[in-house]
Amino acid sequence: MIEAPDLSLAALTPLLFIFGAACVGVLVEAFAPREARHPVQVALALVGTLGALVSTLLLAGSREVTAGGALAVDGAGLFLQATIAGLGALAILLFAERSLDPARSSFVTSAAVPAGSPRDRELLTSERVQTEVYPLATFAIGGMMLFVASNDLLIMFVALEVLSLPLYLISGLARRRRLLSQEAAVKYFLLGAFASAFFLYGLALVYGATGSIRLSDIRAAAVEDGGDVLLVLGLALLIVGLLFKASVAPFHTWTPDVYQGAPTPVTAFMAACTKVAAFGAILRLLYVAFGTSEWTWRPLIYGVAIVSMIVGAILGLTQTDLKRMLAYSSIAHAGFLLTGVIGLGSSGDGSGLAATMFYLLTYGLTTLGAFAVLTLVRDGDGEASHLSQWAGLASRSPLTAAVMSLFLLALAGIPLTAGFTGKFAVFRAAIESGAWPLALVALLASAVAAFFYLRVIVLMYFSPPAADGPTVGVPGLPTTIVLAITATATLALGIVPGSVLDLAERAAIFVG
Amino acid sequence: MTLSWYLVLAAILFTIGAVGVLVRRNAIVVFMCVELMLNSVNLTLVTFARANGTVDGQIMAFFVMVVAAAEVVVGLAIIMSIYRTRRSASVDDANLLKY
Repeated sequence: MIEAPDLSLAALTPLLFIFGAACVGVLVEAFAPREARHPVQVALALVGTLGALVSTLLLAGSREVTAGGALAVDGAGLFLQATIAGLGALAILLFAERSLDPARSSFVTSAAVPAGSPRDRELLTSERVQTEVYPLATFAIGGMMLFVASNDLLIMFVALEVLSLPLYLISGLARRRRLLSQEAAVKYFLLGAFASAFFLYGLALVYGATGSIRLSDIRAAAVEDGGDVLLVLGLALLIVGLLFKASVAPFHTWTPDVYQGAPTPVTAFMAACTKVAAFGAILRLLYVAFGTSEWTWRPLIYGVAIVSMIVGAILGLTQTDLKRMLAYSSIAHAGFLLTGVIGLGSSGDGSGLAATMFYLLTYGLTTLGAFAVLTLVRDGDGEASHLSQWAGLASRSPLTAAVMSLFLLALAGIPLTAGFTGKFAVFRAAIESGAWPLALVALLASAVAAFFYLRVIVLMYFSPPAADGPTVGVPGLPTTIVLAITATATLALGIVPGSVLDLAERAAIFVG
Repeated sequence: MTLSWYLVLAAILFTIGAVGVLVRRNAIVVFMCVELMLNSVNLTLVTFARANGTVDGQIMAFFVMVVAAAEVVVGLAIIMSIYRTRRSASVDDANLLKY
């Protein structure tokens, strides 16, 4: 007789909400008439993400392990889930923008039609929209929320796939420059599947070493014999799989290509939400399962953080495409985030966890905003993302240039923006735990990275506008909301970060 | 016969898969190499389940199979869409995005 595990439905409401919305979305796709689908799907995805956001906020303070020990509902998990749900809702709004592209959507009308065929050219101007992207994105958000709450390596793997598979698909759905988009999808898929295989082999080795895949059991086994070869090897492979998702160098090679090729709203979604989810899982794995055998992973994370910051900052300098530049910036930021991961301290009481969570929130909001601005600046064939096209943008549209400058300054970590507070928190955590050389490298890398952000600002304000420059679209309501929220939050978290920092401090607890 | 031989076999299969992903040029073959890696993990899981005397590992192998099946669907759809445009599934031909 097999006993059913006890499920705490109350603790699972955020996940039930988001997966429920995704499943209903699939049914709507199958049964609703074509004209009705777009508004219904957008509403459904927003209800799912906002419902999940509200229910995580209502759960604040609860701490339990449920679903037979497979899921952990705790402060850190809920904070990250709320971050993912909130950023996900903003990304859905970007998906739903219909007034920027002349054909009223940034997604392809029919993904099955080969790019460049006569039928494809015919559909290019059609105002028909395909709405699969909403349920797919909702599933991805659900997978991300499951990913940061999983207390079991198998659930973590399933969540990894649930978040990745829809992302592979939606990164291939751009309406314009379809070849680039499809190429991005193929690259993301092949490399992503490769990385999940590593994660899975790590899972198998850890299972062999400890006889369990529950994070708390692994912790107990690691206390007894943290140096077991099988266990350390398994840990290394698990970390490789997760660092890939977090786009940390040297596992970053897919990032620039996929960020450039994917439709810009999807890039915004990936840059913000996937980063939060991947780091949430890294934090949980390292602290809950391997917190007692810190000496096994600390040198690895230390080295990878340095490589990531340097690669991101240096290669970012050489980019001529804004989307690619922001991709390298995301690689550098992954390195900064890892300095926060190092900042846990050997006894587990450092401020690293709270700092990293706060940084994830600020980075997510800022990068989402930056990509949202990118969708506004367009030429005849979609977004004008080449740097030269942004020359003199301030004279053409002062507001757009000002908002973009705000986001770039925040990404560079200039005081009075959210980026500064976040960077300050993670660097302080790293120094407090004795990793000051790492913080020093991080400071130098930020200085280098600041150069390429500032270069765009200088270009926008002090260069003569190009003769055949891009047009700046007037955003519809969804994008306006996204820009308003992200810009306000970027400023607010820079000027008065106290309450949110406190919230992150108080939430920085893992059960398991 | 000891169980460790199965682990060695699985490790060899995993390595063949990983090397295949890195050196092969056809997207379908690369994808098959990934599947080989996943299946070597299944062998590892089942062997450890046997060694530990529990069925956990076998159940995990089922999960892996289901996920791998879902991955095949998504992967082949993506590879098909690019093949129909380019008439080639070589990963070397997909070279618009670089530097």
